[in-house]
Amino acid sequence: MEKGTWTVKVGLAQMLKGGVIMDVVTPDHAKIAEEAGACAVMALERVPADIRAAGGVARMADPTVIEAIKQAVTIPVMAKCRIGHFVEAQILEALGVDYIDESEVLTPADEEHHIYKHAFTVPFVCGCRDLGEALRRIGEGAAMIRTKGEAGTGNVVEAVRHARAVLGAIRRLQGLPPDELMAEAKNLRAPYELVVEVERTGRLPVVNFAAGGIATPADAALMMQLGVDGIFVGSGIFKSADPAARARAIVQATTHFKDATILAEVSRGLGEAMTGLDVRSMKPEELLATRGW
Amino acid sequence: MTTIGVLALQGDFREHREAVERSGGTAAEVRLPNDLEGLDGLIIPGGESTTIVRLMRTSGLLEPLRKLVGRGFPVWGTCAGMILLAKHLDATGIPALEAMDIGVRRNAFGRQADSFEVDLRIPVLGDPPFHAIFIRAPVIEAVGPEVEVLARLADGTPVAARQGRLLATAFHPELTPDSRFHRFFLDHVVRRA
Repeated sequence: MEKGTWTVKVGLAQMLKGGVIMDVVTPDHAKIAEEAGACAVMALERVPADIRAAGGVARMADPTVIEAIKQAVTIPVMAKCRIGHFVEAQILEALGVDYIDESEVLTPADEEHHIYKHAFTVPFVCGCRDLGEALRRIGEGAAMIRTKGEAGTGNVVEAVRHARAVLGAIRRLQGLPPDELMAEAKNLRAPYELVVEVERTGRLPVVNFAAGGIATPADAALMMQLGVDGIFVGSGIFKSADPAARARAIVQATTHFKDATILAEVSRGLGEAMTGLDVRSMKPEELLATRGW
Repeated sequence: MTTIGVLALQGDFREHREAVERSGGTAAEVRLPNDLEGLDGLIIPGGESTTIVRLMRTSGLLEPLRKLVGRGFPVWGTCAGMILLAKHLDATGIPALEAMDIGVRRNAFGRQADSFEVDLRIPVLGDPPFHAIFIRAPVIEAVGPEVEVLARLADGTPVAARQGRLLATAFHPELTPDSRFHRFFLDHVVRRA
């Protein structure tokens, strides 16, 4: 009997596919998310929109918060550590979380190195903006990838940009002759073996969700139609007027993402979505997606 | 040609679809009641059982499926799918099809750190042993008189079972390249005379 293998790490992400992972900050939020049909929750002290508003250094959540959320639900519980902060990751592993998000939403602890994730039994999900970044994280041991988007904005534009970058690069890799793949790995700044694998299979070797700015059922279905495997919703649910109704609607939109009749039905009467931010009006230092490389 | 529906509400339905096609069947994704027409059997994939059961209700699939199963329609549930088939669940489970006379405990091994892979001897599949992947897996705690246990862990815990045209596995044959379990479902459960 073998635990903590690559297969079981990637396997849990495969079980989450077609689902919605929701940011929660209290046990009550976690229950609302589970009852709405979330396939997992992300246990946090603050949702990204509030992290943005608070400023300062954003760190791993207090273990008390994570423990309380673990007690409240039976679905998988994820938690975030800072980029490169392998001790926060060790603590989250000791707490028994099901997945760790090495996340740009928190303030990075290391601007050169991400965590060596193969050293852990618990699996990791990491953010990316393009195919090279995705493959670098997978090379370090990330068993799941999410496009970064721009967290806490309620604006889907960056999520779309990053998903198109990753999926477009995979399509362009198809059919390249073997003698061009090393140069392509150099251009992507990605491990050669993973570039070869993506060319051969036509997909990432791990599950790929979308994150960062998804606020409506239509946003979720848009990302699914672009070709991601599932959805992270952060501030979009609990910063809206009616979180339970919006959470249910986003879950249904993620399942029935190709059925415009159902999308129209579930988009009705959800009340105010979260107030969005125009990413173009933000200063470079306010962007979270540029953290990590 | 045998057409197998794969419940495609949430979870690893693509892997099941590909495994059915590798095993000589045709696969069709099921999201709405109309998708149930013309099927010879159904697979309920791995995923989050609480998510899938809620989506079965909102999609209007729960009642039609309960009726189909009551008429002897072949269904195979893997992991979350096994939970949805079970008549008896622990306190955290939400009753769904309540078709198979087994008692199932969710997340029986603990959290993700306790997920594992192991070789199982499964007499109906013959040799070699089957490589089984358990992810936050449930186990079968009780079996009724009509239920045949197909596989056990080394400590005797049942992890695969059959009752008439219903099949349940706590592990994920769809995550391995070994198609023997999918062929067993097609040849001995669905096409059974």
